[in-house]
Amino acid sequence: MIRYLLKRVVSGIALLCLVSTVTFMMVFGATGNVARNILGENATADQVTALNSRLGLDRPLMVQFGDWVSHAVRGDLGPSWTMSESVASALASRLPVTLSMVTIAVAMMALLSAMLGIAAAVRGGWADRVIQIVSVAGFAMPNFWLGLLLVLTFSVELGWLPATGYVSFSASPSAWAASLVLPVTSLVLSGIASASQQIRGAVIDALKQDYVRTLRARGVSPRSVLYRHALRNAMPAALTVLSVQFIALLGGAAVIERVFAIPGMGSLTVSAALIGDVPVLMGVVVTLIIVVVLVNILIDFLNAWANPKVRMS
Amino acid sequence: MSDINTAQAPIPAATQRRHFVRSVLTNPTGLVASLALLVVVASAIFAPLLAPNDPSAVQIFKVNAVAGDGYLLGGDGSGRDIWSRLVHGGRNTFLGALITVVIAASIGVTAGLFAGFYGRKLDLVARWISDGIMALPALIVLLAFYQALGASIYLSMAVFGVMLSPGFFRLTRNLVNGVKHELYIDAARVSGLSDLRIITRHILLSVRAPVVIQTSIVAGIAIVVQSGLEFLGLGDPSTPTWGGMLQDAFSNIYVSPQAILWPGLAITATVASLVLLANAIRDRMQQGGVQVRAPKVLPLAASEPLPQAAPDVLLDVRDLVVAYPANDGWREVVKGVNLSLRRGEVLGLVGESGSGKSQTAFAILGLLSPGGRVLSGSILFDGIDLGKSSQHEVRALRGKRIAYVPQEPMANLDPAFRIGFQLVEPMMTVLGISRAEATRRALRLLARVKLPDPERVFRAYPHEISGGMAQRVLIAGAVACSPDLLIADEPTTALDVTVQAEVLDLLRDLQKEFDMAVMLVTHNFGVVADSCDRVAVMKDGRVVETNTVTELFAAPAHDYTRMLLDSVLEDGQTRTYRPPMTEEMRA
Repeated sequence: MIRYLLKRVVSGIALLCLVSTVTFMMVFGATGNVARNILGENATADQVTALNSRLGLDRPLMVQFGDWVSHAVRGDLGPSWTMSESVASALASRLPVTLSMVTIAVAMMALLSAMLGIAAAVRGGWADRVIQIVSVAGFAMPNFWLGLLLVLTFSVELGWLPATGYVSFSASPSAWAASLVLPVTSLVLSGIASASQQIRGAVIDALKQDYVRTLRARGVSPRSVLYRHALRNAMPAALTVLSVQFIALLGGAAVIERVFAIPGMGSLTVSAALIGDVPVLMGVVVTLIIVVVLVNILIDFLNAWANPKVRMS
Repeated sequence: MSDINTAQAPIPAATQRRHFVRSVLTNPTGLVASLALLVVVASAIFAPLLAPNDPSAVQIFKVNAVAGDGYLLGGDGSGRDIWSRLVHGGRNTFLGALITVVIAASIGVTAGLFAGFYGRKLDLVARWISDGIMALPALIVLLAFYQALGASIYLSMAVFGVMLSPGFFRLTRNLVNGVKHELYIDAARVSGLSDLRIITRHILLSVRAPVVIQTSIVAGIAIVVQSGLEFLGLGDPSTPTWGGMLQDAFSNIYVSPQAILWPGLAITATVASLVLLANAIRDRMQQGGVQVRAPKVLPLAASEPLPQAAPDVLLDVRDLVVAYPANDGWREVVKGVNLSLRRGEVLGLVGESGSGKSQTAFAILGLLSPGGRVLSGSILFDGIDLGKSSQHEVRALRGKRIAYVPQEPMANLDPAFRIGFQLVEPMMTVLGISRAEATRRALRLLARVKLPDPERVFRAYPHEISGGMAQRVLIAGAVACSPDLLIADEPTTALDVTVQAEVLDLLRDLQKEFDMAVMLVTHNFGVVADSCDRVAVMKDGRVVETNTVTELFAAPAHDYTRMLLDSVLEDGQTRTYRPPMTEEMRA
């Protein structure tokens, strides 16, 4: 068990190193126009050269990389090129916003798709049809378009919910909740589409197992067979879906944050990408990889709880 | 999204290719989806003919204009024709999706073929890379790379193709692992075909259909992501795109709200047809194209009251018919079985696999596989007609009065729970006793079935014990509530020969101790001779002969019985002696 998790941690660190290196080479290797982007079209060649040397872009790429790594391991991701704050402090204020939105979305998605998936596996009928419709709709409708439709309906036409803007939880819990309703709804639909189908399949598979017949032959109640035995055995498949969906939602949040003007990691990434604020982009990628690796390790823990065989190896 | 599972689908033979395509197209979903896709793609190709206006031409007085006056769907925020931009927008969307799909499929399928075929180190490395790529939030990576890739959306879509290749890789690798040990692949290898030829000729052929499905799904994902990137302002602002149109409509949402509908509908309709097409192909592969629907069942005929059976008869099965739904109505697997079993008697139910003996047993337990039905006949257990009893009443008998010992011990213990819990839980439910009392009884039972160190087995998970031990656990579970009838379905078939004898001995001892009636389902006449009082021989869903063991062995009446007996004797497998009890439990 410990060895298994240790292996996952090492593998996560290796992934982090590899992705950071590749991303650095890509984004810092193509900084030829960055200074002009930042300074604007009217900047003179001297101004551009001066900015390039101030940002350290005139040094060889490997030197820049070494410099970045030696600071990054100490948590210093450098100054932003376009904002007045450091990358680390920009990330520190943005990450909680995105994480709270994505966590709520994943939790809702898990709950709804578990309910739908189990109902479809056991009853078939209406739940099966709902899943089929939701799965096609959720897959085919881009989440930001759904977000736009929701804004149009509930904010522009009905005026029930705020169209844009984010209120922090500490400022007003109720306004915070209201500001998250539409973004979270837009995020979860596609997740439910995929997750409920997977959970349905996993529960059907679990119920087909021989031990289910044996448990029933021993007089175990149908409720226990489904909710205790089948569900526990369907857990690994469901957890895998959740980890895949969590990653998908982190990416999806970028567009959704733009639609609802939420000051999270996504809107930070988009503005940094458009203007070429390379240190911010590096910081975003590194932070999100760490988040993904941590979430995957958490999922592994849960998996080990649900599946005793994993605990042994 | 890309993890829609297609790996288990059977592969149609190459000769059925044309028939396969036709049957996908005759499926209503498949036909509608294909037609819709055809319309969207064709309108993108013939966009210059369909668009009345230059998609980039600005008419300043038509900013956010309503539909009409030459602008079929109105004007956008800059006064351009929405309809013309819509049909032109399809072009760049489909080109982007094509780039993504081609790159994802060629990397993924190639890597999957080689990793699956050669395995080991290559497989390990490829899997690590694939898992790594899948751990990345793709949209964030594309945003981060935007400056490096430049304003062309196609480069971003190419990188996206690399990021989606793990879906193809995993699919292909798993499929190859499934087929590479098939006999025809071995035959090709023995006949001297090179690896490359085997991979391209034989293996590629069998992964084709699932790859087509995956392609359709990936194309859908690519279209959604591309429109997302364009919505965020990435890509070339001078090209009309669906995502760019949505961005424009979003900034004018208060002025001209209907403009957000059209590009979104175009994306949704296109992607939905891709998904539905994939679903149609998958359904076709999984079901052979025919919808299997359970035929209507007539309620069991309210027959005249059954003549009361003799008082010592515990189980009386009459004219039992069991069927499963098939393409053309019901397929009967048990076709009118008659059996009776007295208290304390051991009946052997013998027959080849597929003769319906297990289905008869499951019908008595009320645990037929999903879809299975008792079509007619009656099952009387101690005077109770199980066919006319409610689910609830039958459930109350299970475990308490009718017990079951299965064939595959390892598959019949829930791998996620400790063995102790799996014994304690049913006893608490059935007998209504406390957890402490159930635990005491469970430990006693484990000792009774001669498991060494019952405490350890009680705490163990199923994968920590051997098959022989697992079967003893299952027997302990079956007799836990002192049932009147024990149905043992091939209880020794899956065990080692040495363990078989011990388990049979145990069953026999317990039968005497609890004075249970036992129905022993088996294909082995040795087991019958060893353990049974009477024997019923089944063939094709019917009982062809019933007799006492001695008489049946001495004078088999039915040809089929004689044939079965002869084949056993030829194999020399009959074991009519009782083996000495082994003291040491090597189970």
